[in-house]
Amino acid sequence: MAAIGSLGDSLSVVQPAGQPAGQQGMQGGRRRRLNLFRYAMFTIFGLFFLLPLVAMVRFSLEGTKPGSFSTSAWTQIGSTPGLLSAIEITLELVVLTCVVVLVLLVPTMIWIRLRVQWIARIFEFLCVLPLAIPAIVLVVGLVPVYNRIERTTVSPLQLFWVYVILALPYAYRSLSAGLTAIDAVTLAEAARSLGASWATVILRVIVPNMWQGILNALLLTSALVLGEFTIAEILNYSTLPVALFNISRATANAGVLFSTSTAALLFAFILLLVLSYAGRRLQRNRA
Amino acid sequence: MEGLRRHYGQVVALDGVDLTLQPGELVALLGPSGCGKTTTLRLLAGLEDADGGTITVAGRDVSRLPASKRDMGMVFQAYSLFPHMTVRQNVAFGLRLRKVSKEDRDRRDLQMLELVGLTEQADRYASQISGGQQQRVALARALAIEPKVLLLDEPLSALDAKVRAQLRDQIRRIQLELGITTLFVTHDQEEALAIADRVGVMREGRIEQLAPPTEVYSRPATSFVAEFVGLTNRLPGTVSSGKVTALGRTLPLVDPGTPDGPAVALVRPEAVTLASGAGQADGSPLSGTVIAITFLGATSRVTVHVGDLTIMAQLSTSDASALTAGSQVTLAIRPDPVLVSADKVAASEE
Repeated sequence: MAAIGSLGDSLSVVQPAGQPAGQQGMQGGRRRRLNLFRYAMFTIFGLFFLLPLVAMVRFSLEGTKPGSFSTSAWTQIGSTPGLLSAIEITLELVVLTCVVVLVLLVPTMIWIRLRVQWIARIFEFLCVLPLAIPAIVLVVGLVPVYNRIERTTVSPLQLFWVYVILALPYAYRSLSAGLTAIDAVTLAEAARSLGASWATVILRVIVPNMWQGILNALLLTSALVLGEFTIAEILNYSTLPVALFNISRATANAGVLFSTSTAALLFAFILLLVLSYAGRRLQRNRA
Repeated sequence: MEGLRRHYGQVVALDGVDLTLQPGELVALLGPSGCGKTTTLRLLAGLEDADGGTITVAGRDVSRLPASKRDMGMVFQAYSLFPHMTVRQNVAFGLRLRKVSKEDRDRRDLQMLELVGLTEQADRYASQISGGQQQRVALARALAIEPKVLLLDEPLSALDAKVRAQLRDQIRRIQLELGITTLFVTHDQEEALAIADRVGVMREGRIEQLAPPTEVYSRPATSFVAEFVGLTNRLPGTVSSGKVTALGRTLPLVDPGTPDGPAVALVRPEAVTLASGAGQADGSPLSGTVIAITFLGATSRVTVHVGDLTIMAQLSTSDASALTAGSQVTLAIRPDPVLVSADKVAASEE
């Protein structure tokens, strides 16, 4: 707020000289109204986002008597049956999905940009396609596939196959923005003329220059895996969202539902902060 | 390069280009957009594959080698420094790939940065230096690997006029100092004429003339070269017995074997001289009316109407200052050998 106020104050310094006082007064009034509008919108949207979160935290700290506080819901996270393993599985899925998405997409997209640009449109269409298919439709198609997979293994980590597909549109868009921000073709040609192999071009020249895009892809993929419920539930895998849903049906453990949701949200925020910080630091190093 | 050919679908980009660069020589390829000069450079660098022909460097056929194995340094038109590396890391990149020891690498990259005068910027990133400096770093980076051939793809085109002239001179100085064989591609004729030992003028995938700059300018091999390099006046006339008569003046021909008949004489503006005052009534000497004077610095270009023709003359600015638009002048044409363009008589007379 203070920052906005000081920006408003500094604006008044650059008024054109010789402007009539009445006109200045009109502009000053308009600026004040604009600032008021900004503050109001900021407050409304802030409350809109914050109130449910505050309520969630408050419920997670609800004691046995109405109006009392207790941390038991947080301490129960470890003892609630199946919750810890669901968290573990979800985190493993996050890592696995992120790795597979990046390993699949980064070299492919760079290669398409550098060598086979004519298939760029087809590739984009394929990557964005999962957005157009409702999750329930995807599940109907995937159930027979997963039934077949389950004959050999029943690990919930098998979910990463479908999560990779779901994450494709978001990861593609982030990586595409990262690639577009640099002149990949010229950089690659410069590196090639200096003696770099294609692997060196990709790993040592292009990838370090599209970190921001990679970080964004990681963030969106992680957020997607952390929050995905429909497919995991229908395929009968117990991930964190599924476990939370199951807890919500057992009213006795309602507090744990809120504490675990808050913890998951905090985890996503921390991840967001870490990735944003890493991206800003990369940019600052070069600025 | 021998018989180098390259097609893009139905479009012929290179149609059998033959070019030999002598060791330590700087050859400039000059031509309009789409003439194939950049394609030639890219084929030489290995960034594109030729449809036919061979590329030999120091007796070794490199036509099938990938770009990374050709040992050619290249500076691009677009800024091509690696943004995540400092200036020094950029220069050392090729040396690292060649597994040069750190000691030698440090010595070599500093040496190259000294050569281009950028030692103080060694620890900066590309975004922290100017466009001209970036191109100098790119030059240092290309030279650091001690390439057999240095390829320059319009490296000055993104720079402003002053920096451009400075860097052009610097490139030439460094090239002479290192004695490195260089191919320089440009569409700027002033740049090509100023920097090169030989200039190759390209048109539609072929080299029309490859000769020293003075020869390309004063004795162009074809009417295209005459018209592309420098300005020309197109004066309708008649060829007879190895000479051309235009506007009542008889001028020697560059090619005395030109068949007799109507033709257009291509006369340089600097071969036209002007004097104040109208000519005689019979038209000898030629008289005309000044319609425009363009100040070019030390020289000025004066445009004169002579009957239906528009003729340009290039004069020293002090001489041109005596003239004003609308004033009457007499014209004289210096009897330098001229080229004729027989195929455009009709168009010119229209």
